[in-house]
Amino acid sequence: MRSGFAPLLGIVLLAGIGALAWGTEGFRVVTSDGARRLQIEERPAPVPQARLIDQDGAAFSLRDYRGKTLLVEFIYTRCPWLCSVLGDEFQRLSTLARAGSFGSEVDLLSISFDPQHDDRQALALYGERYGAIAPRWRVAVPADRRSLASLLRSFGVVVIPDGMGGFIHDGAVFLVNPSGRLARVLDAEASPQQVSEVLRSASR
Amino acid sequence: MGPPKKRQMLAAGALWAALWLPPLRGLLEHDMTLHMLAQLPLLIGIGYALAAALRSSEPRSLVEADWLGIPGLLAVVFATSFWMLPRMLDRALAEPLFDLAKFLSLPLFAGVPLALSWRRMPPLGRAFIWANFIPKLGAIGGLYLGAPIRLCAYYRLDQQAAAGRALVITATTLGALWFLAAFFGWPPRQAVGRAPPCRRWHRGA
Repeated sequence: MRSGFAPLLGIVLLAGIGALAWGTEGFRVVTSDGARRLQIEERPAPVPQARLIDQDGAAFSLRDYRGKTLLVEFIYTRCPWLCSVLGDEFQRLSTLARAGSFGSEVDLLSISFDPQHDDRQALALYGERYGAIAPRWRVAVPADRRSLASLLRSFGVVVIPDGMGGFIHDGAVFLVNPSGRLARVLDAEASPQQVSEVLRSASR
Repeated sequence: MGPPKKRQMLAAGALWAALWLPPLRGLLEHDMTLHMLAQLPLLIGIGYALAAALRSSEPRSLVEADWLGIPGLLAVVFATSFWMLPRMLDRALAEPLFDLAKFLSLPLFAGVPLALSWRRMPPLGRAFIWANFIPKLGAIGGLYLGAPIRLCAYYRLDQQAAAGRALVITATTLGALWFLAAFFGWPPRQAVGRAPPCRRWHRGA
């Protein structure tokens, strides 16, 4: 063994393992989606003061939901795949919420990230398809570009073109707790029981 | 430094700049296969070419400290693993600062040590690295090929499957070449990892 070997090896190991640990949040996640979930659960951040307009043309803000639990999904109304799964899931949650199954007041919000196509009429049609009635279930678009950007950024939603004129996006359902913080990410496929359990624990 | 070496360094520098400029950078990063199998290897190649040109002026202390090339090749493993994390592929796309970090760290911490340390690694060590690297590449490819969910937020599922397929093909090709090189001495050894005699090691110095 030569001089300087041990220090150099030590530096490489320390820097290398350190970088990998940092990049994987302590060897817990390898995807951005995993990192986002972890971050939301461990450090719930306040939702932005974004302005939105719902299917009835009413303007509102995410901050208006203070004191209530809010479930948020991101959609675009022309979406042929994921949004219909998300829509069904939201419909089920809406039924449960109206029946008072969650023990606290839960509102729903479907946010479109496609303001170019999703005008008030498109939102209203989407709402009708799933039985969404404002204000308990709003289908809305951000009022301006800045609101859209800040919503996507703070919820960690990435939208990419699907190459056929539509979009690919993730199918997460986000839970905003009564103090206005983004506290949990739920899978679209989660069973109602699982969802109500998470709701009960996270809205406290 | 002779003119060929100077030319090699200039070419590496020019390629580095070209890869960083938006048309080529956007083109390569737009597609997961090109990102993983063209851009990342090219960045490593740039560091390799630069270090290979400067090899003769390598400081003596580094030659001593990089015993058998072990620290250097460990750096290669860490740097390449880090930038192959799906999360880091995403961040390189989303945050220009991360992309810059990738453009600096891959040549520096993967390309340069590959050029300097690989020669110091004894044949058995090289064989060990090949025998680990090739199946791992194939396994990652298989994972991407069969994954029902997207691992990167910025790439579509079909792009991910295509990248997986390309990784599997690369691993298979490398495996076949390595096999031929190891057992039949073909193609000429320089083509696969270059295995000089390593006299110093055999003498046990």
